[in-house]
Amino acid sequence: MTEFRDEELLADVICRLIGDARHVAVGAASPIPATAALLARERAGLHNSNRLYVSLLGSRAHTFFTDGARELFDCAGQGRIDVFFLSGGQIDGEGNINLVSVGDYERPKARFPGSFGSAYLYYVVPRVILFRTEHSRRTLVPKVDFISAPGGSPDNVVRPGGPIALITNRCLFEFDRMQRRFRLASVHPGHGVEEVVENTGFAFDRPAQVPLTPVPSAETLRLMRTVVAPMLAEIYPQFAQKVFGVAAPLPSAHA
Amino acid sequence: MARITRSLDEALAPITDGCMLAVPRETSGVAMAATRALIRRGVKRLHLVALPTSTLQTDLLIGAGAIATLETSAVSLGEFGAAPRFNAAILAGAIHMRDATCPALHAQFQAAEKGVPFMPLRGLIGSDLMAHRPDWKIIDNPFGNDDPIVLLPALKPDVALFHAPLADRDGNVYIGRERELVIMAHAAARTIVTVEEIHETDLLHDPLFAAGTLPGFYVEAVAVERRGAWPLPLPDRYGIDAAHMSEYARLAATPEGFAQYLDRYVYAKRAA
Repeated sequence: MTEFRDEELLADVICRLIGDARHVAVGAASPIPATAALLARERAGLHNSNRLYVSLLGSRAHTFFTDGARELFDCAGQGRIDVFFLSGGQIDGEGNINLVSVGDYERPKARFPGSFGSAYLYYVVPRVILFRTEHSRRTLVPKVDFISAPGGSPDNVVRPGGPIALITNRCLFEFDRMQRRFRLASVHPGHGVEEVVENTGFAFDRPAQVPLTPVPSAETLRLMRTVVAPMLAEIYPQFAQKVFGVAAPLPSAHA
Repeated sequence: MARITRSLDEALAPITDGCMLAVPRETSGVAMAATRALIRRGVKRLHLVALPTSTLQTDLLIGAGAIATLETSAVSLGEFGAAPRFNAAILAGAIHMRDATCPALHAQFQAAEKGVPFMPLRGLIGSDLMAHRPDWKIIDNPFGNDDPIVLLPALKPDVALFHAPLADRDGNVYIGRERELVIMAHAAARTIVTVEEIHETDLLHDPLFAAGTLPGFYVEAVAVERRGAWPLPLPDRYGIDAAHMSEYARLAATPEGFAQYLDRYVYAKRAA
């Protein structure tokens, strides 16, 4: 078995979750989902299936948008984006995500960057994959302090979208939208079910036998390292350098 | 008609204390040289609207004490971590924060450019953002049946400020694919642009340029400021200065370090 990094395992898992899709969009601060989306596009190309369109926010090379920053949201509002990714400073067992602050909103104990497009995209993109590498009771909480976007909505709210899964550095959860509850789907190599229970602040379902997350194949690792990594360096130079050892493009600011 | 001003400060004169100033996201052309000039001038009490997110520009303005109200969807330094002055100001209650979500801001600017009072938007219902935004209202879709939907008021900034690659002598500004700059300019009462260089022929006469050009009709003033987005990127021209951003993140972590940064890169006039 080839050695691999955690980021590579997570990108491989996310790539499988993307599955069959026509358009995958990736938002800000999402280098692992970006890796997965580009990997999914490469695989689709290899298997001669329908073209997979990938839109990386902030990229020049990997987006087809020409109508400004609003085009992503208008596209999503019409149902033209199949898969998107969201994270949270806090995520709770009902799939609510918090990108704003810890403690009381008016007098917070900690502040996160803000809600980005979550309070809209979570509702309109059919398959939203939640990712949060830090899997701890600090991040996976019983109830979020601020709901940037809720995991579910009342029946009379138009909501074609929502979460399908949550991936962390320890495991993969699937989300049941009817029950509004996570179910442990697999545990990553080197991690255990008890460890997951211990580090998760919310209750979740689990099968009697929890499978092990499959490791990335040699071919997948080759694609990620040789084809995808140089593409990532455009918008995630620090990540591409750290994970794949791909040199960041030189800043031309002093050229 | 847009004027090509002799100095940056002259172009920035309409950005007065207390005005509502709209600025774009990091990857669309941020007027950083102009931002440093505003801080040198000591601009105060701005209501800053960052469409739809912001990085260094907002953190710098907050740290310099220039902002009273901030309206945006997120502030961070991207790959360089949290925005330290933004976070400190929120924890200290030093600025009034109006938390938004990206498509809501786009919709509010689009309402302004159409001259209509509001725009509807899906999503939002059940988000705690609604609880803190009394100006966002839920109605029952008048064309539907039990279909709640959110209405967002038009947002009409006093001034929009951004950096672009080119302008011609008539103040037509080439913005390329960064179409949200056009929406910003349409929505704002006045638009001020810094550019890398002056293009000597009329941008509107060349169809390849014209489709990506903001007409000078909407532009108040243009100032030439080479590398005017530095240390942030300018699309198709130059990338982010990663070493500088790392230095900023390190210095801005403390008030003393931030003061050093201002001394070194803002008050020392010539940065790049």
